[in-house]
Amino acid sequence: MDHSDIIPNLFRTEYSKVIAVLCKQFGFYQVEIAEDIASETFLTAAQTWGLNGIPTNPEAWLYAVAKNKAKNVIHRDSIFQNKILPRYQQDHYLSVSELDLSEENIRDSQLRMIFALSHPSIPIESQIALSLRILCGFGIDEIARAFLSNKETISKRLFRAKEKLREKNITLELPAPHEWGDRLTSVLRTIYLLFNEGYSSQIQDKILRKDLCLEAVRLCSILLENKETNTPEVNALLSLFCFHISRFDARLDADGEIVLYGDQNRDLWNEDFIKKGEYFFFQSNKEPKFSKYHIEAAIAYWHTVQEGTENKWESIFQLYTGLLELESSTLLFLNRAYALFRAKGREVALVEVEGLNLKANPYYFSLLGELYIESDLAKASECYQKALLLANTEKDKSAIRKRLAQLGSARFL
Amino acid sequence: MEDYLILMRLDILTKEAQPSPEQLQIYMKQYQEWVNGIVAQKKFKGGTALSTEGKVIQSNHIVTDGPFVETKESLAGFIIIQAESFEDAASIAKNCPILMGEGNSVEVRKIMSIHKEE
Repeated sequence: MDHSDIIPNLFRTEYSKVIAVLCKQFGFYQVEIAEDIASETFLTAAQTWGLNGIPTNPEAWLYAVAKNKAKNVIHRDSIFQNKILPRYQQDHYLSVSELDLSEENIRDSQLRMIFALSHPSIPIESQIALSLRILCGFGIDEIARAFLSNKETISKRLFRAKEKLREKNITLELPAPHEWGDRLTSVLRTIYLLFNEGYSSQIQDKILRKDLCLEAVRLCSILLENKETNTPEVNALLSLFCFHISRFDARLDADGEIVLYGDQNRDLWNEDFIKKGEYFFFQSNKEPKFSKYHIEAAIAYWHTVQEGTENKWESIFQLYTGLLELESSTLLFLNRAYALFRAKGREVALVEVEGLNLKANPYYFSLLGELYIESDLAKASECYQKALLLANTEKDKSAIRKRLAQLGSARFL
Repeated sequence: MEDYLILMRLDILTKEAQPSPEQLQIYMKQYQEWVNGIVAQKKFKGGTALSTEGKVIQSNHIVTDGPFVETKESLAGFIIIQAESFEDAASIAKNCPILMGEGNSVEVRKIMSIHKEE
């Protein structure tokens, strides 16, 4: 087994579980203690595993250590012991020695945590930051990058959000039935952002962080397991994830560089995930409810359909247009223009793209370069040069250089 | 060759910004590399990390949780190595990765065997 990433991988999956279970037990206002216990557990793991090697069952090891630390915190902290714990034990007839780390309790604790963190009294960006931290075990650095912000801002934001949780005495109760809808919307937005972070992550220059994406899938699955949260929207979101994940292996080449959609080897696409995507998409259309996740899932579905299939790119183009009515972003315009190029050809798309005027965006110039290839090779090369200057990551730069090299050889043909 | 004990002391009271998972992975690798280096020299005899929790029993038999309540430097682990001399042992201890953390320390002690004939 490859241990090169064992701690980050376990952190991603187990950190949030430990915190969720501890919070359910201690009360949510003790979230900082829970976080400390989880962090210390991992710190101990890093030291111990470095000296003694990795245990055969690392998860069980982590749980055992977390349990001990939790017990210890309670013994150590006299305020906790004398004031908070008796009250809590009175209310819940529980003690930490019974800390329940069964799969069932972990799942239940996490579902409660998902909803507590999307409480309407917390500002939306704090909800997301908190969820990334507590639910998904993101580091402060990673959250800062996801928000294009800095460490201090994120730390403050997390701190204030936790204060708010304490202030409002938010507990890990599931929301009342009339609140499900709104709360679920922000829950889904968080999960969606998490997936995006994994799918297009630039942290450590890794373009794909499959573990983060699978974490988003896991959170969605937790929601589907509950009757109240098994909604068309959640199904659509999971469908979208599955379609995207199906192309994971085709998206990177042997050197870890990104392979553009048009150049991907279809044999590497994962049929199982495509089938899963279709299944959840079917589920999402059982009720006449409709969301942006439905459109995105439909686009992702069309991407899995064989090249040359009638209406493929035309449908994708129309769907992007529909999506633009719900929300507008630079990336959406660019994706829509690409679909237009594939549906109606370079010239039609050129008119559209020239009108966009996104002079600071590397992808804009890459697309423009692509569109000029047939009509004006010099101009195409110039566009790719500009894209190269603007590109943020080594991986992007290397992909553009490769394209430029191809153009160079085309010129001499 | 004689046996030496390398004691590793960590400040586990002060909570700096929590290390990221990637940082923790690096810690683990650093320990591994350090220990593997000693093994490669055929100087490693054994050792272990210790739990951060502990009990302190005082002369009056009062048991407290600790030891970190009282001290900023608590024992995180130890290893036993074989070395030519104190200097040799110290040069191995110098590479202990915990020394990259401010306030941490490593202590080298020779293990005296009282039953052994010198």
